[in-house]
Amino acid sequence: MNLQGKSVKLHDMSLRDGMHAKRHQISVDEMLSIACAMDEAGMPLIEVTHGDGLGGSSVNYGFPAHTDEEYLGAVIPKMKQAKVSALLLPGIGTVDHLKMAKELGVSTIRVATHCTEADVSQQHITIAREMDMDTVGFLMMAHMASPEKIVEQAQLMVSYGANCIYCTDSAGYMLPDEVTTKISALRDALPAEIELGFHGHHNMAMGVANSLAAIEAGCARIDGSVAGLGAGAGNTPLEVLCAVLNRMGCDTGIDLYKIMDVAEDLITPMMDQPIRVDRDALTLGYAGVYSSFLLFAQRAEKKYGVSARDILVELGKRGTVGGQEDMIEDLALTMAKAAGKI
Amino acid sequence: MSKKLKAVIIGPGNIGTDLLMKMQRSEWVEPVWMVGIDPESEGLKRAAAMGIKTCATGVDGILEHVIEDDIRVAFDATSAYVHAENSRKLNELGVIMVDLTPAAIGPFCVPPVNLESHAKNLEMNVNMVTCGGQATIPMVAAVSRVQPVEYGEIIATVSSKSVGPGTRQNIDEFTRTTAGAVEKVGGAKQGKAIIIINPAEPPLIMRDTVHCLTEGEPDRDAITESVHAMVAEVQKYVPGYRLVNGPVFDGNRVSVFMEVEGLGDFLPKYAGNLDIMTAAGLRTAEMFAEEVVNGTIELPARGE
Repeated sequence: MNLQGKSVKLHDMSLRDGMHAKRHQISVDEMLSIACAMDEAGMPLIEVTHGDGLGGSSVNYGFPAHTDEEYLGAVIPKMKQAKVSALLLPGIGTVDHLKMAKELGVSTIRVATHCTEADVSQQHITIAREMDMDTVGFLMMAHMASPEKIVEQAQLMVSYGANCIYCTDSAGYMLPDEVTTKISALRDALPAEIELGFHGHHNMAMGVANSLAAIEAGCARIDGSVAGLGAGAGNTPLEVLCAVLNRMGCDTGIDLYKIMDVAEDLITPMMDQPIRVDRDALTLGYAGVYSSFLLFAQRAEKKYGVSARDILVELGKRGTVGGQEDMIEDLALTMAKAAGKI
Repeated sequence: MSKKLKAVIIGPGNIGTDLLMKMQRSEWVEPVWMVGIDPESEGLKRAAAMGIKTCATGVDGILEHVIEDDIRVAFDATSAYVHAENSRKLNELGVIMVDLTPAAIGPFCVPPVNLESHAKNLEMNVNMVTCGGQATIPMVAAVSRVQPVEYGEIIATVSSKSVGPGTRQNIDEFTRTTAGAVEKVGGAKQGKAIIIINPAEPPLIMRDTVHCLTEGEPDRDAITESVHAMVAEVQKYVPGYRLVNGPVFDGNRVSVFMEVEGLGDFLPKYAGNLDIMTAAGLRTAEMFAEEVVNGTIELPARGE
C-alpha cells in the first residue's frame, strides 16, 4: 500500500467515545489536562460530548459526571490550535443542544444516524450548515447496509448540507476490503468537495488496518482515540496509527512522541479496565453489535447470571442498532427467566 | 336519535385509514366523512369504497355539511402546520377536535390517565401526544400515583417502516412533546424521551422502556400492583399492549419493559406505535359520547 505524500486529519475520540469506557465519569480536570496535552501534540480536532452525544445524559445511557455544557465550556477556551467537535444523535439530542454547542464554540458538529435512517438528520444538518459549522453526516453501523444503500443515505445528508460524510464501523465488524469497497463507492458517487471520513472500533483488531484502507480509498479524516480509549475494545489507537502513518510517509501534523506520552502518561492510568480485545469485545466485532453495549452486557451478566457473550450474540441476531441499550436488561431478564434463573 | 357521535376524519393516510377501520366497529362513534386534499389519493378511494362520504377540498369543503350531517367530532391526522386552522374552523361549528398531529394546541390526552377529566370538562380540542407518549405515559402515571417521581424517562423503539416522513423531518418534535407530556400527564417532575428507529427485517414490534426515579425507596408491592392495573386499562383499547419484563427495582429506579402489537387493521401488527395512536384517539371520542349519553356533558347547542 502506498500512502506516501498523502495527508490526513486525525480526530480524537477519547473524550467522547472514551466516555463509554469510563461510564461517562471523566472529570473536568482529566478532560482539560488530556485535551491540552493533545492540543500541544498537534491534534487538529478533538470530540467532547457525552458518549451518546449531546443530550445523552439519561438513565438509559448513564448520567455523566458533568454536563456537556460544563465539559465544552472548560475545554474550548483552553485550546491553542485544536478545534472541538460534538456528536449529536437525532432522537436523543435536539437542535436546542446543537445551538448550545455552537454558542460554546464547537466548530464541528457530527450528526449521527443509523446507516439506513439518514432522513432523520435533515433538520439538524440544515441548521448546523446555516450556522456555518463544519457539518458531518455520520452513518453508524455501516456494516449493516450495502455500499449502494450507504451511498444513497450519504447523498441525502449531502443534500441537507453536510460537507463531510463518515462511514462508521460502530461494531468494529468490518474488514479492510469492506472499508475499501464502501469508501470507494462514496468517493465515486459524491462531489469532490465533500470530504470522507472513517470511524473504526478495534473489536477485531482491525482499527489501524481499516483506517489505512480508508485513507487509500480517499478518506481525508480518520477517527481514533489516543490509547484507544473508547467503547468495546476501543477506537483505532491514534498513537499507533500516527506511528504507522509516519513510517508510510503520510502526514498527520502530529508530534508522535508527544502523543505517545499522552497515551502512556495521561490516558492509560485513568482507565477503569484494560481496553483490549477481550472475549466480550471480540464478540461485539464478530457478531456485529454496537460497541457501547459492552459494559451494559457485562453488568447484566453480573446481575442476572446470563453470559454477556450470549446476550451480545442474541442482540446481533435481532438486528439491534445504536442506542438500544434498554434492550440489554430486557433481554437478559427474558433469557434468565427462560433458563429458570429468576 | 342514535347515541353515536358522527365523525369526520381529516387526512386519508395510514393513520386516517386505520382509524376509519377501527371506527366502523365502534358502538359510540360513526364515521361519516373522510377529508383529503387530493382527489386521486388512495386513501380517499379506500374510504369511498368503504361507503364513507369523501371530500378532496380540505376542511373548507366539509364546513357546509357539518350541521346537516350532525358532525360532532373530528379527528385530525394531517400535520401540525395545518392543524390549528382546521381546529378553529370546526370548533366554531361546535365540533370536538381530537388532534393526532404533534400540534398540541389543546391539552394532552392519554386515555387511562386523564381522558375522563377532559370529557367531563368538554375540552373542545385534545391532543393525543405521540405514539411513544401513548405507550409509556400510562406507566409513568402508574408509578407516580403511588409515590412522587423525580424523573421519568421513556425510550421508544419503532420499526423503520412504521415511521413516516412527517416524524422523520421533525424528530425533535417527538422528543420535546413526549418529554413534556411525561411531566404534565405522567406526573414526573422532569421528563426525558428518546426515540430509536430500527430497520430490521422482519420489522420489530414497537417496544418501549420506561425508567422512573422515585423520591425515596420505591414501594415495590404498590408499584407492581399499580403497573399491572394500568396495563389492564390500556389493554381495553389496545389488546396487544404487553408488559414483557418488570417492574424491575434497582435503588430508586423503577423500570418497565413493554411491547405494543397493533390489531393489524390497516397498518401491520408490528406498527403498534401507529395503532396505539388511532386506538387512543377513538377511545377519546367514545368517552365523550358515553358522557353525553350519561348526561354528564351536553354537546354544544345547535339551532335547527
